[in-house]
Amino acid sequence: MQTDITDAAPQPLTTADGTPLKTSLARAERRNRLRALLLVAPLFLFILMFFLVPIGDMLFRSVENRIVGEVLHRTAPLLASWDETSGELPPEEVFRALVDDFKEGREARTIVKVGRRMNYEKSGMTSLFRGTARKAARLEAGPYKAALIKINKKWGEIETWQLLKRESAPVTLSYYLASVDLRFDDDGAIVRQPEDKQIYTQLFVRTLKLSGLITFLCLLLGYPISYLLATLPTRTSNLLMILVLLPFWTSLLVRTTAWIALLQKEGVINDTLVMLGLISNDNRLAMIHNATGTVIAMVHILLPFMVLPLYSVMKNIPPSYVRAARSLGATPLTAFLRVYLPNTVPGIGAGAILVFIIAIGYYITPALVGGVSGTLISNLIAYHMSSSLNWGLAAALGSVLLALVLVLYFLYDKVVGIDNMKMN
Amino acid sequence: MSLPAYAGPLERIWYYAFRLICGLIFFFLIAPLVVIVPLSFNAVPFFTFTPEMLALDPAGYSLQWYEDFFSNENWHGAVKNSFFIAVFATLIATTLGTIGALGLSRSQMPYKSAVMAILISPMIVPLIISAAGMYFFYSKIGLASTHLGVILAHAALGTPFVVITVTATLVGFDQSLVRAAYNLGASPTVTFFKVIVPLILPGVISGALFAFITSFDEVVVILFVGSYEQRTIPWQMFSGIREQISPTILAVATMLILVSILLLTSLELIRRRGERLRGIRPG
Repeated sequence: MQTDITDAAPQPLTTADGTPLKTSLARAERRNRLRALLLVAPLFLFILMFFLVPIGDMLFRSVENRIVGEVLHRTAPLLASWDETSGELPPEEVFRALVDDFKEGREARTIVKVGRRMNYEKSGMTSLFRGTARKAARLEAGPYKAALIKINKKWGEIETWQLLKRESAPVTLSYYLASVDLRFDDDGAIVRQPEDKQIYTQLFVRTLKLSGLITFLCLLLGYPISYLLATLPTRTSNLLMILVLLPFWTSLLVRTTAWIALLQKEGVINDTLVMLGLISNDNRLAMIHNATGTVIAMVHILLPFMVLPLYSVMKNIPPSYVRAARSLGATPLTAFLRVYLPNTVPGIGAGAILVFIIAIGYYITPALVGGVSGTLISNLIAYHMSSSLNWGLAAALGSVLLALVLVLYFLYDKVVGIDNMKMN
Repeated sequence: MSLPAYAGPLERIWYYAFRLICGLIFFFLIAPLVVIVPLSFNAVPFFTFTPEMLALDPAGYSLQWYEDFFSNENWHGAVKNSFFIAVFATLIATTLGTIGALGLSRSQMPYKSAVMAILISPMIVPLIISAAGMYFFYSKIGLASTHLGVILAHAALGTPFVVITVTATLVGFDQSLVRAAYNLGASPTVTFFKVIVPLILPGVISGALFAFITSFDEVVVILFVGSYEQRTIPWQMFSGIREQISPTILAVATMLILVSILLLTSLELIRRRGERLRGIRPG
């Protein structure tokens, strides 16, 4: 383009005020770009400040480990120069620094926090720190080494000091290790948690399994009705669509409550079965507060997310395809399997990934109807946030879940494209 | 999907069996909502049909759970908070979201897909993770357990819906209309309010509805970021189900189902208006 113009005219083209057209165009484009950026900026900053920064803060919290180094600020630097593989206890000056730190930490009431932090790594640490702090306050003169070991013989064990040295570093991987059932052993090597403490991998596996089952059931139930909705005359299918959209628009707490009313021991389904004489009054079915409850309620809640993408794909498959297959001699089953089904694969992919992503992060329904066997990883994150107050571990578990979801979304984007997300 | 004339007997059976299966699935979808309605008029505090109810005896029914709802201070506060928080969160989300979508839809916008991915991230991240992040961070900056904190959190969760619906409306937007307005001497402000706004209004309104319902229904974030003072209807329902479960919850649920029917109707009306404005005849 540019060369054509310059070839045609001996002088470069200019605007009325004499600036070359090229410069003027570039300026106008820059101004347009700036205008677009300015329009997006408020929203971007808002999301950054009130959403992304909090998420980043959480990710940071999963490795953050300043408490030990801050409270034991005399001991930590000295420990750094101690060789933990030497097989010998740290020198007297470290013990002395520790006693000073204990005295200060007891005044400021921060020593308990260190004890709690250390207790995540090894049980018994809370009482060690609490007890030592109380007694160390009365220590006036050295030798401190012998005195501390007298207070609690754990101070004479090299493992205690190895742990203290490791955890006085400002960042730690131990929350992440804990979130996948690993831990540091006394020598700092990464090993598996003892059998009875391996709960998180099991829970991740259960979350993935239940989400997979829920996705499969949603597909199983969603496929036939999407097909019916896509092939019926518009007037009828619009009416039937209400049956899909009404649950979709109803508060999920309402739907969860409904399932509690239906599924519980004294609930509608059990009452009906007893009345019909199908089960006796004594063996009412336990359909709630277990994995069954979670699966039933979540399939109901997530089914519309499967139906809507499937429907929009099926709606665009011309009915003539199957008719052509039939007229060429295919049986109904062959026509379905070889012609119709392959055409709906994008819808299946979109619906399945969407349902799966929502399911693995679900919290409310499992919390209310899941009991023990039906809880998912989110419930444990909530537990560590509000009950056990192990925020580092909650953050680490959250980060692992987030990574999982982002990978799945990347897949979703490849399959359908986030821009094509259908909401109506 | 009518049955073709050449269908064999097997096909005939399958045709009716298929419709029966579909009927059962639709039943599965709608029955739980339908069951709640009569149960909320229960005379006794149970979640089940009493023999009196099944016999359609008026003594088996009562309005006491609705009375309880309207006379209970906990629910009063919840309803007030729900609307207060949802309205302000919707206002913020819709304003920022619409302006942002206008910028995003310009062809000159640099790094469009990356920015889009960031802007809709609140919709992608599982709620429990958003809740955890907001809980830690909002506590740090003093926004936890405040109305402002909850409003900002809900606004952040609602913006992606506004961005998506408004961008979708702008895809079919004819830029020459804007140029025509300028050409006829309209100022940018006049053009915006007289030309752009009426055309993107259906997108803005349905985005706002999505944002409103996101806040109105939201329960995970408010459980962590809010407290009793900020209790919303879902917050109150959640703690009700956890602690002492009373049929008042069913009465609330019934009223919420009515709200969703209203919502569904208004969305449908907006959709039809949009189609009419763009000259698409409903098929």
